[in-house]
Amino acid sequence: MNTPQVPADHPPTLLVATRKGAWMFHADADRRYWRVDGPHFLGHIINHLVLDPRDGRTLLAAAKTGHLGPTIFRSTDLGQTWQEAEMPPAFGPAKNGLDARSVDHTFWLAPAHASEPDVWYAGTSPQGLFRSADGGRNWAPFSCINDDPQYRQWFGTVQDGTPDGPKLHSIIVDPHDPKHLYFAMSGGGVHESHDGGDSFTPLVEGMEVVAGFDATNVAFHDPHCVRLCPGNPDRLYQQNHCGIYRLDRPGRRWQRIGRNMPAEVGDIGFPMVVHPRDDRTLWVFPMDGSDVWPRVSPGGRPAAYISRDGGESWQRQDAGLPQQQAWWTVKRQAMAADANREVGLYLGTSSGELWHSRVEGSHWQCLARHLPEIYAVEAVYPC
Amino acid sequence: MRVLIPSALQSYTGRQWVDAAGTTLAATLDDLERQFPGIRFRMIDEQGRIRRHIRFFIAGEAIHDLAAPLPADGELCIVQALSGG
Repeated sequence: MNTPQVPADHPPTLLVATRKGAWMFHADADRRYWRVDGPHFLGHIINHLVLDPRDGRTLLAAAKTGHLGPTIFRSTDLGQTWQEAEMPPAFGPAKNGLDARSVDHTFWLAPAHASEPDVWYAGTSPQGLFRSADGGRNWAPFSCINDDPQYRQWFGTVQDGTPDGPKLHSIIVDPHDPKHLYFAMSGGGVHESHDGGDSFTPLVEGMEVVAGFDATNVAFHDPHCVRLCPGNPDRLYQQNHCGIYRLDRPGRRWQRIGRNMPAEVGDIGFPMVVHPRDDRTLWVFPMDGSDVWPRVSPGGRPAAYISRDGGESWQRQDAGLPQQQAWWTVKRQAMAADANREVGLYLGTSSGELWHSRVEGSHWQCLARHLPEIYAVEAVYPC
Repeated sequence: MRVLIPSALQSYTGRQWVDAAGTTLAATLDDLERQFPGIRFRMIDEQGRIRRHIRFFIAGEAIHDLAAPLPADGELCIVQALSGG
């Protein structure tokens, strides 16, 4: 998402979305002490909680419960009160001879360009793209992709998706051009628009697929998380089901930069975190993607890996993290960086722990334990 | 008709029992939506399908069809069906 321009060392707030509700953690000036605010929506499945960087006050939460259908909640007072969207994301009737679909949950929320203050985008499961022009109160299907026969083929079926449903994620707005959009799908590849979403084209060249499958078929591509560098909007990084990649625009070919990760760790994972200013610095959090895809930290030894040279080399960052028998991992939305002068890193685990590093991953401390499974973490700067 | 609202939906109604009018299940849900905006979509998806863990009962009998007629003086029970952790 967009990184706000903030004074260096302004205290951030963490927005933590979990399988059983949402929490906020407010930092003091040194980011040493954190005030907890929550739970909000206790018992609700919150896939994403996002602050609007354009006003610093508006929060949107993507919610559903075990029994009820999906919705969006909106707050303009930092979570003191919430209002439900009048029209949450919902697909239209059957079209183009295709099956009618229903939104299971909204997975990803993204504010539009700074020049479009009330516009938001949402990505859903199953894959769908939605837009709100009134600050998140009313949502409508967006662009041609939801009911396009070619895109439907690339979406695949629910059986082709991740365990809790195939997802449209990583909605990115080029800060230099509000009409230049990206999104990614698990599965279904990375896609780009230059006309504000009227049309999209695949952007998968150079990306690998599982052995035995055809890399020219967009349906077989499974990007897990794509991020644009705030310090250089022409550079993108991607954590994929099949490796770590970099793309420098206007080029169209992704370069696999995970080959230099230690062989015993590999370059499989879900999150991708980029430095707020330095386009050569990024972090990943590898996951065990061997045989049956255990989806835990390799060897039970969790670690972030940092590259300070655009992916040419990688260094392990596990100081302070458990050194053995820690079988958790970090989901694609659950790792984030703040924008402070000394960049803070944050990660939420599948076991409900929230960890932070005050200086770029050099040392980790546990900030909270015993939360529900963490789905998303955002480091933001409320006004 | 009296309608029993499950706990998960009482944030909309503010109470367990409400009154709604309608000769079919669909019409009764439309009347609930008119009174309590947003409540219908949490139970019925955008294609008019009853969501997976929502059940409707009249006099102990499950109703699976939105077009099903409802007795004017009955009680409609909306139930959140059991689902895992």
